[in-house]
Amino acid sequence: MIDRPTVTQLAADLRARKISSVELVRACLARIEASQPALNAFVTITADQALEQAEAADRELAAGRGGPLAGVPIGHKDLFCTAGVRTTCGSRMLENFVAPYDATVVARLKAAGAVMLGKLNMDEFAMGSSNETSYFGPVRNPWKTDLVPGGSSGGSAAAVAARLLPAATATDTGGSIRQPAAFCGVTGIKPTYGRVSRYGMIAFASSLDQGGVIAQTAEDCARVLRSMAGFDPRDSTSVDIPVPDYLAGLDAPLAGVRIGVLKEFFDTGLDAGYERRVREAFAVFERLGARLCELSLPNIPRSVPAYYVVAPAECSSNLARYDGVRFGHRCSAPRDLADLYKRSRSEGFGPEVKRRIMTGTYVLSAGYYDAYYLKAQRVRRMITGDFERAFAEVDLLMGPTTPTVAFALGAKSADPITMYLNDIYTISANLAGLPAMSVPCGFVDGLPAGLQIIGPHFAEQRLLHAAHRFQRETDWHTRVPERCA
Amino acid sequence: MALTRAQVEGIAHLARLELDPAEVPQYEQSLSRIVDFIGELERANTAGAAPMAHPLPGLVQRLRADEVTERDGHALYQRNAPQVASGLYLVPKVIE
Repeated sequence: MIDRPTVTQLAADLRARKISSVELVRACLARIEASQPALNAFVTITADQALEQAEAADRELAAGRGGPLAGVPIGHKDLFCTAGVRTTCGSRMLENFVAPYDATVVARLKAAGAVMLGKLNMDEFAMGSSNETSYFGPVRNPWKTDLVPGGSSGGSAAAVAARLLPAATATDTGGSIRQPAAFCGVTGIKPTYGRVSRYGMIAFASSLDQGGVIAQTAEDCARVLRSMAGFDPRDSTSVDIPVPDYLAGLDAPLAGVRIGVLKEFFDTGLDAGYERRVREAFAVFERLGARLCELSLPNIPRSVPAYYVVAPAECSSNLARYDGVRFGHRCSAPRDLADLYKRSRSEGFGPEVKRRIMTGTYVLSAGYYDAYYLKAQRVRRMITGDFERAFAEVDLLMGPTTPTVAFALGAKSADPITMYLNDIYTISANLAGLPAMSVPCGFVDGLPAGLQIIGPHFAEQRLLHAAHRFQRETDWHTRVPERCA
Repeated sequence: MALTRAQVEGIAHLARLELDPAEVPQYEQSLSRIVDFIGELERANTAGAAPMAHPLPGLVQRLRADEVTERDGHALYQRNAPQVASGLYLVPKVIE
């Protein structure tokens, strides 16, 4: 069995029949089972179904057929609907919800031959930056289990970091792919808004949510994204632009690529050691022939407050559907309909979800709409304008993914603002709908740091190219936590 | 700006949430913090910036042909319902 296999390596070995999908899946399942008590990365493990899919993949491969990911094990963040498999969104509200259909992302990866091993733990309804809001208990960081893995896609990042799986789906509303990828030392890409279908992806904030991938390398992200992305008539915000071959041109030279260093991302909140790792990464890009310049995006510092108006507003609307009537948790012995709604929702949602629903309700309520919601939408326009001006001058923007490396469980749960500020460098890309990545760029006190790369709309290939060239020059993405080696 | 207990209870009612009286002070405190934090936006000079609801400028919402694309799946969907009878969702009596 291969030691730390990437998607790229596994897909090739499976096709060459050096390994079978069944033996690979059995090995992964054994690692997953063994890791659960320490990491809690999975909410549901679908062993029987996975072995059936693996057998089918082996038959296809034996016949010289099979899609580009035939037999490759993956996991899905537990907010992608999976037909016949429970889809909890990390919430008591959906503890027993069995999705009646597959999300488009799930269906496409299935069609590409990928084998699903289970559903990955996450912050409740993707609201959180530490995975501590999950009803199924926090995920722990494989690098040090008393630390958070980041969130909300903490299960996806921890599973890839611990080499339980070569790749996992994830979603990013304000940093939920990039921040956990940075905290766990893995590579994650949030594509452009509209690039990956949101059909069957349980909604949090519909103008910000976007599905993507967490894997070990940029090349693997390209390989998986290629099978996920593209127009979907079932998602009205899906964009009908052809998906390029993300694997093509990954090795092309970087000479002449213009990289903007975001001044606002090197503020006083950034840890000094983290800053050194990011600046060392810049030096690698310079050696590769890229040209760096410093840029200022003056409206960026308002990203977090703007986001904490827009996202809760959309959340309060989206989560109004959980009424205890058609699906989801229902309280026992309701007195009347109002009592049914109120108690079902209060029992089904955890404290952070309730806080966001109430924040959203407040900013949308009569007398406050203009002052908060409309104002935040105007600020959002200004932030987007900053990026448009920047991308007239540079091809990519770079900076840190997070202000610090992973923090201790419980360290930031007392004050919501402290927790929200964790996403200070990631949120602006969501507000503007831009593609963004996090790539491992070194260690601070033995814990992984992430380099963030942001590009203009639909420039995923450009991001993946830069990240891939960086990963050919560095080996940070190959480091594995000691306990998982 | 500090939200009062009555305000927090009012917001909870609008959101159809019932807060345990013991947890109200917690929400009072954290929501007040959040309202202060987002109140910072007030200082932004947004003159001339049109509100932006969608991140892809110029994207027009598509319409589709008026064709039947789904089959009746109510039996499957109702497997997730807390209470169903004769294909209907059951709720407490609304009209006496």
